[in-house]
Parts: sequence; C-alpha cells; structure tokens
Amino acid sequence: MAIGVKVLDRPVAQTSYIRATLKGMALTAKHLLSPQKVTTQYPEQKKPLSPRWRGTHRMLTTEDGKAKCVACGLCPSICPANCIKLVPGEDEQGNRYPLVFEIDEFRCIFCGYCQEVCPEEAIHLGRHYENSEYSRQGFVYDLERLMAQTHPVCELWDPADPKGE
Amino acid sequence: MMPPVHALLQIATPQLPPPSGAVYLIATVIKMVVVFSLYMVTVALLTLAERKISAWIQDRLGPNRVGPGGLLQPAADGLKNIMKEETYPSAANLPLFVLAPAMSFVPALLTWCVIPFASPLPTPWGLIDMVVAPLPVGYLFILAVSSLGVYGIVLAGWSSNNKYALLGGLRSSAQMVSYEIAMGMSTIPVLLLAGNVALGDIVRQQANGMWNVLGLTVAFLVFLISAFAETNRLPFDLPEAESELVAGYHAEYSAMKFSMFFIAEYANMVTASALMVTLFFGGWDIPGHWDVAPWTVWKTVATGAFFAFKTLFFVFFYMWIRWTLPRFRYDQLMALGWKLLLPLSLGYIVVIASAILGLDAAGVARGSWAFGGALLGLNVVIVAVLLFLIDRGRLISPAYSRLDQRNVEKLRALAARSALMTEGRN
Repeated sequence: MAIGVKVLDRPVAQTSYIRATLKGMALTAKHLLSPQKVTTQYPEQKKPLSPRWRGTHRMLTTEDGKAKCVACGLCPSICPANCIKLVPGEDEQGNRYPLVFEIDEFRCIFCGYCQEVCPEEAIHLGRHYENSEYSRQGFVYDLERLMAQTHPVCELWDPADPKGE
Repeated sequence: MMPPVHALLQIATPQLPPPSGAVYLIATVIKMVVVFSLYMVTVALLTLAERKISAWIQDRLGPNRVGPGGLLQPAADGLKNIMKEETYPSAANLPLFVLAPAMSFVPALLTWCVIPFASPLPTPWGLIDMVVAPLPVGYLFILAVSSLGVYGIVLAGWSSNNKYALLGGLRSSAQMVSYEIAMGMSTIPVLLLAGNVALGDIVRQQANGMWNVLGLTVAFLVFLISAFAETNRLPFDLPEAESELVAGYHAEYSAMKFSMFFIAEYANMVTASALMVTLFFGGWDIPGHWDVAPWTVWKTVATGAFFAFKTLFFVFFYMWIRWTLPRFRYDQLMALGWKLLLPLSLGYIVVIASAILGLDAAGVARGSWAFGGALLGLNVVIVAVLLFLIDRGRLISPAYSRLDQRNVEKLRALAARSALMTEGRN
C-alpha cells in the first residue's frame, strides 16, 4: 500500500536569495542603529518585583522586639521541603516561643505554605532574592537573622482583591 | 642577499631611489614592528567589536563592564585565556595538535606583509614604500600563502582524534579548496587591467584611472563571496557549525590555543578585507587626483587613515552579514562555489579580456576616460542582466530541493495510482 504523495509546485520563480538578503540586512541595520535596547544593567538597574514575589524569609517581630512566633509547629509540618527546624520552648507565664528556629534557604522551594499556615502571621516570605554565601552553611538562617531582615514581605493575595478575581 | 632584493625593488617601483642596505634594513624592521603591533591590537579590538555589533543588532548593550565602555574586555579575555588550563586529549597527535593553531595563524599574518597600506613616505634617506615587503609577485604570494591557512584547520581537526573535529577539518578543506579557485579566477580581470601582479602597481593603476569595483563589479562580488568562504565566516562557517559539529575543528582546544584560532579568524578577516580594498577599492587611494607624487608625510598619514577606514568598513560588513544570515547547507555551499561562482568568474574573464583587447585594438588609451567609461557601461549592463537572471530561484537551491519536471510527473502518477487503489479497496 503506497502512501498518498502530495506534490506542491514550489514558487521557484519568486524565491530569491539576493532580495531576501538585502531585506535582512536592512532589518539588522535598523536594529543596530536603534537606541532602544532591552538590556537591564543589573546591579544598577533592577526590575520591579511583583508584590506576590516569594523570596528570602523574614520573621516579623512584636513591638517589644520579640519574634511573633508562638512555636505552634504548623510551618515545619506543612513544609514540603522539610527545611524548617523548630524547637519549642515555654516561659514561666506559659507563653510558647521558639528556642531554635532555622530555615535552610537552600532546601526551601519558596512555596509560601509556611506564611499561609502561620496563625500569628509571624513567618513571611519576602520580596528579596539577592542572597549569596561562600558556604552552604551560610544559607541556614537562624531566628536572629530571620528577624534582622528588613525587606518588604510577600503578599500572598492582593488585600483589595482577596479571592484573586 | 641584498642585491637581488634591490633588483626586484627596481622592477616593482622604478621611481624608488635605492636606499642603502642599512637604511632599507632598519626601515623594514620598523615597518614590521609597527604593522605587527597595530595589526594585533586591531584584531584584539575586533573581538570586542564583533561582540558589540552582535549585541546592538540583537538590541542588547554588549560587554561594557571592563574599562570605559568595555574597551579593556579583550585584555581581560586574553588574561583569562592565558591563566586557563591547557587540556590535551589523551589520544591526540600531540606535535600536530600543538602546531595547528600556529599554522592557521601565521598565514593570515604573512599575507599582510605584501599589502600596501599608504602612499610612499619621503624621508631624508629616500622614499620608503609603505608596505612591509614590496614584492613584485605580491598577488601570487598572497594566493600561495592564503591557501596554507587550510592546513592549520585540517591538522587541528585530524590531530584532535575527535569525530566532530575531523568532520570540521574535512569540510573546511573541501570548502577552501573549492572557493580558492573561484577567488583566484575572480581576480584575473584585475590583473588584466593592471597588467602586473605587484599590488603596488594594482593600486597605482586604480589611483590613475578608476577603482576596479566600478569596472569589475561581478569580479568584486565573486571575490567577496569567496572571501567569506575562505575565512570560514557565516554564512559559510560550516567547519565550525556549532549546531552540527559542536565547535568543529577546535572542539578539543582550550585556553590560549583556542584563542589562537580565534585570533586567526579575525586576522584572516582583516587580511581579506584589506585585500578586497587593495584589489577593488583602490587600496590607499583617496578619490580625486591629489594623492600623487610629490609625496609628503601628510599624504602618507591621510592615505593610511583612509585605507584603514576602508578596511574596517569591510570588517564591519563581515560582522553585519554574520549576524544577519543563517548558515548554508553543505550542498548549497558546494553548488554555489562550483556551479555558479566558478563558471561566472571564468565567463567574466573572457568578457573582460575581449573588452580590453577590443579597446586596445580600437586605440583607446588605458586609464583614459573613454577606457574607463566603456568598462563602466559594459559593467552596468552585465550586472543588471546577471542580478535579474540569477535572482530568480537560481542562486542557491532553497531549503526544499527543486524537483525537475519528470520527477514531478512521476510523483503525480504515483499519487493518482495510490488514490485509485484506496478507492478500489473501499
């Protein structure tokens, strides 16, 4: 059973190399001379981040400078990458607070579940992405470092439009 | 050794007062040092120019971090390449592997030494030709030496013991051998007009008459296309062909040896451009008849600058083409070289030779307005006819190959039969 062969007559008389080449050269010359360039000069110029950008974490603090975290343990349990280490502690009044709170930014997949699940709105992802270190150990952020971050936090939803409509 | 050189010089430029041996030697050494260093600096800057031009064409900014506007980028690249580790494939043929980069680099430099780059410089010790070696067989020397460049690439491909490198080397040898012929043939009309193979005389003939590009446009176009193929630049960069051959002949090279191939490519480009300018665009000649004897220092400077301008324009043209056109298919490359450029240049030799013979027989003086005008008129007609005839799907076969009429009929019959058979079954 032979397959059906469709034969097209090619427009050979209209095809051209020289005209097409000249056209292409005019196009590249136009771009060569055009002052509009798309390059972003990175360290000097930065592209604006979306308000929903999920970057480096931040621990928000209360007015007296303590972490808002109550060590409920929701964030380490929901974390799909298992990157949050939390050891809870309790003071004399029975207030829970984190003895150890570490986030391994290398393991983190920046899904934002920890921020979403946090009942105290303590742990947040931030609109920040420039974190480089000389060692892998440097990417494990402890509580103090998380509290020291100052960048704006991620908005998981638009307050004016909470259902994303 | 000196006397024969003087004798040759006398033939090439009879008006040159013979400088004494010592002056000749010192002048040559100075010219060598100056030309070599200028050439190498230019080549280094061209690597930057290529990246800048490619960036601008693609609406980017290009390297602009090292030095003002990125001017020191070539220095940074050079430093990096020197610091990098040299790797040797375990099964490579080491002596040839090491020799190959030099073999591709040296011919490009050698060619440059016979190209006149400015009008003669008057000094208290005599008139000094602004060419490193004013050989009376200049053009033949260029043909001989530029063919040697292919050895570097072939040896690099073969000694790497890598199939992609070998394929790149093979392609380049086939390509260079093919286009060498068209290139040599396309310049014969120039030699016919000049009546000499000394590049100095070719320039002088154009300075007295008109630039060859006006009279010999077809030869110029053939030379231009062949030069692209000879220097392995896009759209003929099949020896490298990243998408097919990884990096072709220099796939196994690293650090400074890779850099040598890179420098060789740009050096070849500059040399081909300079040759194009010398043969077809009047060399160092500035239009108008003021760049003639008596020679002065200012004339030398002005003509040198104008020569550099013309050469750099063609280098820019190379880059412009590179970032415009896609690569040819291998059969298109070969077909263009053998089936179009070679017959075209051969036919053109016949036409130009007949025209010169006819004009000579008619008693029209060479270099007169009538002679130039006749060639110009003939040229306009030929170019118009050629561009109209060739540019109708005949220059290169398109991405689909052309079917001849008999094959179309056969395929149609097959299609009709298969349609019948399908119907019969149903």
